[in-house]
Amino acid sequence: MSRRSFTAAQKLLHWSMAVAIIAMLFIGVGMVATLAPIHADLVALHRPLGVVILVLALIRLGLRLRRGAPPLPADLPWWQTLSARGSHVLLYALMIAMPLVGWGMLSAGGYPIVLHGAWQLPPILPQSNLLQVILRQSHRWLGLVFFAVILLHIAAALFHGLSRRDGVFSSMVRGR
Amino acid sequence: MLRRLLGTDGPLLVPAIVIALVLGALASAFAAVAGWFDPGRLTPARMVDALGRRGGDPVGHRRNHAKGVCFTGSFAANGAGTDLSTAPMLAAGRYPVTGRFAIATGNPLAADGSARVRSMAVRIVAPDGQEWRSGMNTSPVFAVATPAAFFAMVQAAMIDPATGKPDPQAMPAFIATHPETGAFLAWARSAPWTASYADQAYYGLNAFILTDARGTGRPVRWSMRPETAAAAVAPDTIGADVLAGDLAERLARGPLRWTMVMTLGQPDDPTDDATRPWPAGRREVVVGTLVVDAAQDEAHGPCRDVNFDPTILPDGIALSDDPLLAARSASYATSFDRRIAEQVRR
Ligand code: HEM
Ligand code: HEM
Ligand code: HEM
Repeated sequence: MSRRSFTAAQKLLHWSMAVAIIAMLFIGVGMVATLAPIHADLVALHRPLGVVILVLALIRLGLRLRRGAPPLPADLPWWQTLSARGSHVLLYALMIAMPLVGWGMLSAGGYPIVLHGAWQLPPILPQSNLLQVILRQSHRWLGLVFFAVILLHIAAALFHGLSRRDGVFSSMVRGR
Repeated sequence: MLRRLLGTDGPLLVPAIVIALVLGALASAFAAVAGWFDPGRLTPARMVDALGRRGGDPVGHRRNHAKGVCFTGSFAANGAGTDLSTAPMLAAGRYPVTGRFAIATGNPLAADGSARVRSMAVRIVAPDGQEWRSGMNTSPVFAVATPAAFFAMVQAAMIDPATGKPDPQAMPAFIATHPETGAFLAWARSAPWTASYADQAYYGLNAFILTDARGTGRPVRWSMRPETAAAAVAPDTIGADVLAGDLAERLARGPLRWTMVMTLGQPDDPTDDATRPWPAGRREVVVGTLVVDAAQDEAHGPCRDVNFDPTILPDGIALSDDPLLAARSASYATSFDRRIAEQVRR
């Protein structure tokens, strides 16, 4: 696999999900910190958008496993190669874990999981106070970790695009 | 050296500045949205902190309506509500209910006669899994219209650690600056006290929107009207722990019933102000009967770990523009998260 670029589908998924995930992190921390009427609208948006991200992340993981990724530059220092691989694994893990934890914590809390109107998801866990507490705390802390990893990921992408100019940035931006 | 470490032959300064600007902008926007720069913001956490400082030890309990009792029963819908709303539990039939009666206090050990307001909360479950959760109070109007005014009222009731009591000036000062409390206070002065949960009417207070099959929305306030006649007593004769016992005694003799009434608002009726009653004579539709069959101790009852968040609604019932609703949802979730965590730590 020695393409210079990600496939069009991979790029489309990457950028639409980047917007959606960053929006979700802002919606999440914003809605838990306000009593204003927008709280209700944000919560109502947060659940379905999170589930869409889960579905897209699974499709994207399938594509990544089947279509692979362009190789990283051979002259990249070892620690950057390692960080790139590790952080991408972490980003995939978080894209899948965050929505599952959200879904799970509502299940464990005995809530109906309403997507829109009469559309609901079934619970994925039995009602349990212990699980509710663990998952609610995890949803908060994983959210902060997610945001921090995204910031580092953006820093690395800009470093590739502006300083190294090694084609890594354009592999996610330009057509092949 | 730095270039070797970073593995680049390209520029360093400009990329560093761009990266710092982009990351700085994102991180500050995140912190601003999260309220980290704004310790004065009225957040659910601050609301729930204040609610928990009105006396007693609320750890492990609801931060408001802290003392209560669970019940189970059913909602028998007569089908009249289907003209107004597509909510599945308004179609004629019987739907299981988990509920809770409580007194509006921050103290789980408060004396029953110490709280002017009592409450009923219900969770009605439809066969398709949709839920309708509602918390209703015995006052026909609420004391305040906005979350900020509610917070000010709670603060006025907070215990001063120095004296072990609320500041005696605080509540009079709050009332003097909040004339919207008038209708509630008139009720509080004149309504008879009783020694039972069974003989009380409970009002949903906030307005909601019922949506029918054609998508037409109508503002509504709902209430539960008791079948049991009210027996007035002098407030100072109400024992400290009589309400749960009274309920159990009555249920031993048979189920208790409430009629559920939908009061439909006209276009000019306020939907965003729970302190203002709607004019008399508004159309009322009886949509069914709540049947309470059994009561359970809260400590181990089925209502303990339920969040009766009034924004959990089936399709066919939606939120109105009442600003209390979102504030309730956010605060109940915070109170729920805390008390569940405290239960686990026990
Ligand atoms: C990529 C997906 C997701 C991200 C990035 C995300 C992010 C967040 C963040 C940052 C918070 C604030 C946590 C805090 O500071 O306490 C939050 C809260 C929350 N999230 Fe998510 N979330 C995601 C998916 C979901 C899903 C799928 C659900 C449910 C189906 C969900 C349900 C919730 C709930 C119920 C809250 C707390 C609301 C409250 O306590 O008032 N999330 N989320
Ligand atoms: C929520 C935000 C984001 C997430 C979760 C995310 C996730 C990922 C993941 C998992 C990869 C590995 C390739 C793959 O299989 O898709 C990747 C690659 C990449 N991302 Fe992001 N990304 C985000 C935002 C951004 C942003 C804002 C930028 C640009 C500033 C960016 C630039 C890149 C670049 C240039 C690559 C290619 C790296 C390579 O060739 O290995 N990403 N991203
Ligand atoms: C901004 C205004 C309000 C705030 C901040 C607030 C706050 C709270 C909190 C934190 C709880 C405990 C929730 C839990 O731990 O499960 C609670 C319980 C309750 N509230 Fe409110 N409340 C407000 C307005 C109202 C109104 C307008 C009503 C009446 C319609 C009401 C009726 C109830 C009832 C019935 C309960 C007890 C529910 C149960 O038995 O579990 N509240 N409130």
